[in-house]
Amino acid sequence: MNDLYIQNNLVCRSSEIWKNKALFFKSEENDDLKAFLKKAYQYIEMDYPKFFKMDNLSKLAILNFEILIQNEKIQDPALVFANSNSSLDTDQKFQKSTATFASPALFVYTLPNIMLGEISIKHTLRSENIFLISKEFNPSLYTQYVSQLFQDKNISETVCGWVDLHNSEYDVLLCRITRNGEVKFTEENLQKLYDQPHE
Amino acid sequence: MKNFLLADSIISPLGFGTEANLENLRNSKSALQLQPANNRFPNGYYAGIIDEDVLDVNFEKIGKISSLTKLEKMMILAIQDVLNSSAIDLENLGLVMATTKGNIDLITSNNFEGDRVQLWKLGEVIASFFKIKSKPIIVSNACISGGLAVKVANDLIRAGKCKHALVVAGDLVSEFVMAGFQSFQAISPFPCRPFSNDRAGISLGEAAAALLIGPKANSHSNIQYVNVCTANDANHISGPSRNGEGLVQAVSRVLENSNLKSDCLDYISAHGTATIYNDEMEAIAFNRLGLQEVPLNSFKGYYGHTLGASALIETILTKHALQNNELLKSLNYTAAGVSKSLKIIKENFKTDLKLALNTASGFGGCNLAMLLKKEI
Amino acid sequence: MISPMSDLHIELKASIIEQLNLEDINLDEIENDEPLFGDGLGLDSIDALELIVLLEKDYGIKLNDPQQGKEIFNSINTMAAFIEKNRTK
Repeated sequence: MNDLYIQNNLVCRSSEIWKNKALFFKSEENDDLKAFLKKAYQYIEMDYPKFFKMDNLSKLAILNFEILIQNEKIQDPALVFANSNSSLDTDQKFQKSTATFASPALFVYTLPNIMLGEISIKHTLRSENIFLISKEFNPSLYTQYVSQLFQDKNISETVCGWVDLHNSEYDVLLCRITRNGEVKFTEENLQKLYDQPHE
Repeated sequence: MKNFLLADSIISPLGFGTEANLENLRNSKSALQLQPANNRFPNGYYAGIIDEDVLDVNFEKIGKISSLTKLEKMMILAIQDVLNSSAIDLENLGLVMATTKGNIDLITSNNFEGDRVQLWKLGEVIASFFKIKSKPIIVSNACISGGLAVKVANDLIRAGKCKHALVVAGDLVSEFVMAGFQSFQAISPFPCRPFSNDRAGISLGEAAAALLIGPKANSHSNIQYVNVCTANDANHISGPSRNGEGLVQAVSRVLENSNLKSDCLDYISAHGTATIYNDEMEAIAFNRLGLQEVPLNSFKGYYGHTLGASALIETILTKHALQNNELLKSLNYTAAGVSKSLKIIKENFKTDLKLALNTASGFGGCNLAMLLKKEI
Repeated sequence: MISPMSDLHIELKASIIEQLNLEDINLDEIENDEPLFGDGLGLDSIDALELIVLLEKDYGIKLNDPQQGKEIFNSINTMAAFIEKNRTK
């Protein structure tokens, strides 16, 4: 456990993306989620047409993942993600579609781990995946699972993610965990990153 | 440190409790029945659905039915059954839950408060029913959830967070998932026929299951959890990989991490959903792994696809297969229907079993491989 | 034979772009005889299912065999021809 470190971190809330505690991108305050996501996509020149087919949760995950690892070489990171509201945002949209014509393109996004699939496809990651649900952000979920992963397997890094969306409020924390660095991978440090004030 | 699969229960249309289920499996009974026609399915559809009246009669012995949803009652009954058979200190018990859609049928209902549809709420309801103090950990990772939850439980004990861990899994045949799989044109017009040449899609089933994991073998069980590995296909979010790469990686890694070779395997409990592409993918993967001669079955013909519960149910059934040295036939199998050969189990038989592989694959490109071993 | 510039062709392109969220593609970038799947527009199996929904919703055509879709959804031309012949609305 002592030899794991938080390498990079990213926080995305209310039209702002902060990478390693510095403001990376900000769109208009009254932009809705769709507009915010599109502007950020254009800002990083992502050029990935599949992006527009994704639901908002997957867009949040893949876009912020791109920013987290921008200009860096990743080594098949395991993905350990969690949230509170599962895929409820898209569940509600799919449920509405069933009144007339159930939409297969919505149904496929009614699982929260689809985010992990989208990230894996974009970066050809055949790594370990898990998606957990917790009422609130809970750093112990990550520290427990990740330290066991590193013990067991030939894993060189992990990306931990909290990607939550409810009633158009979104809340994202991503952390890249590696075997060397300065900030130790502890519950306290994760919680601090999650709580970081952005003024 | 080694953990063992100590006690278990399956609550399904095939019975309440593992023994009742095993009895029906041995007699080749299936949970899949023709359900009444509705707007979506003018000719009805095949699914494994638990009769709620029967569920309530069983549940009234332990709790009040009106305050709980169908899925909650199923999960509670499964846990109660496990607790009845083992003296466990609830103070020192970890709880891990697996589900894909939980109480999703409440998305259109006003009978329960608004957050009851949330998966974390399902965890709270179950934990508070049994007054389990530790916070439940909830795994929602498509159709590998039930197997992944077993790994989480094992890790909890290894990390010293609890002495024993209880895994519970469950999913319903809801309007929501029926509409979804129908929009995928994935529902079979007859009870699903895994790995067969005339297979035509999945049948859905509902069930709950519970499994107690702990550090010491007991008189009921000497079946050991060896390891679980997962791997993503990195191919498509709903379509299985054409070359089975994710499943190949998951199985090779779990063998490698356990210092075991593929020729040690005595049995494979495969995922086998009976869609054209899934079963083909598995056949390719097992052949690439050199496992084409290992006896293999799918339990989907008995239960249908029980989504988040399926990998836990199959873990429990694999445990009993090892324990009883008994392999059950792959129900509804007709004739070879995949491009690579597999040794599908066609009749129930008894044989010496020591090491088994249990696999699952799901949307989002996820694949899981679990090894279970009999300690002699 | 219907004209390649018929209203149906244009209507189809517009609804495909909207229904399949092809946000970065313009109407005039879709050729009538260009393959929709594979190299063409890069559509996938979920898009094919979504096109089946579109046929039913907009034109009252029910496809029960997904295999049928392969020929129908080959290009805008093949789709338009099929719709002309089978539409109920």
